[in-house]
Amino acid sequence: MRATAAEQTQSGGLVLLCLASWAIPGAGHLWLGRRAKGLIFLVALPLMFAIGLAIHGRLFPFDVSEPLVGLAALADVGIGATYFIASALGYGGGDVRAVTYEYGNAYLIVAGLLNLLVVIDAYDVASGRK
Amino acid sequence: MQSHLVLLSVFAFFVSLVFAVIAKDSPRDQLRFGGLMFGGFLLSAFALGWLMYPFPL
Repeated sequence: MRATAAEQTQSGGLVLLCLASWAIPGAGHLWLGRRAKGLIFLVALPLMFAIGLAIHGRLFPFDVSEPLVGLAALADVGIGATYFIASALGYGGGDVRAVTYEYGNAYLIVAGLLNLLVVIDAYDVASGRK
Repeated sequence: MQSHLVLLSVFAFFVSLVFAVIAKDSPRDQLRFGGLMFGGFLLSAFALGWLMYPFPL
C-alpha cells in the first residue's frame, strides 16, 4: 500500500527531527516541547564531550582496517555537530602518554552513544510510542 | 584532573543523569532512578577495586 501525502510529510518530519536531535543534543526534545529534558541534554552531553577532549581523549579516524577504531569513530560522531566543530578546531588529537587518555576516550565515546539514545528517545516521543 | 575516583564519579554522574532523564518523566522518579544508578556505579567500582586488590597485574 502506498503511503499517503500526510504520512510522507510526517515521516519527513521525523527524519528532520532525528537529524536535528543528532546534530544538536537535546534539539529534538526542545522541538517537541520537552524543554527541561532538552536543556539537560543540551548542557550535559557537550560538556561530557568537552571534558573528554580536555583530558586528552582522541577523536578516532574512520579506519575500516582497524574495526575497533572504526567503531570508536562511529560512536564519537554520535555527538553530532560538536564532533565536527572540535575536529575543525584541531581538538581530539589525543595524547597516549597522558594518564587520563583512556578515560578521555571513554568520555568521548559514551557521550556520542548517549546522544544516539537521546535521538531514539526523541523519535519515540514524536511517533507517539512514549 | 587526574584522580581516578573523580573521573569515574564525574563519568557516573553524566551517564546516570542522561539515563534518568530518558527513562523517567517526573523529577522525583528521575532523582530516585539517577541516584540509584549513580550509587550503583560507585559501589560496583569500589567492589571491583577491592576484588582486584589481591591480584596485581
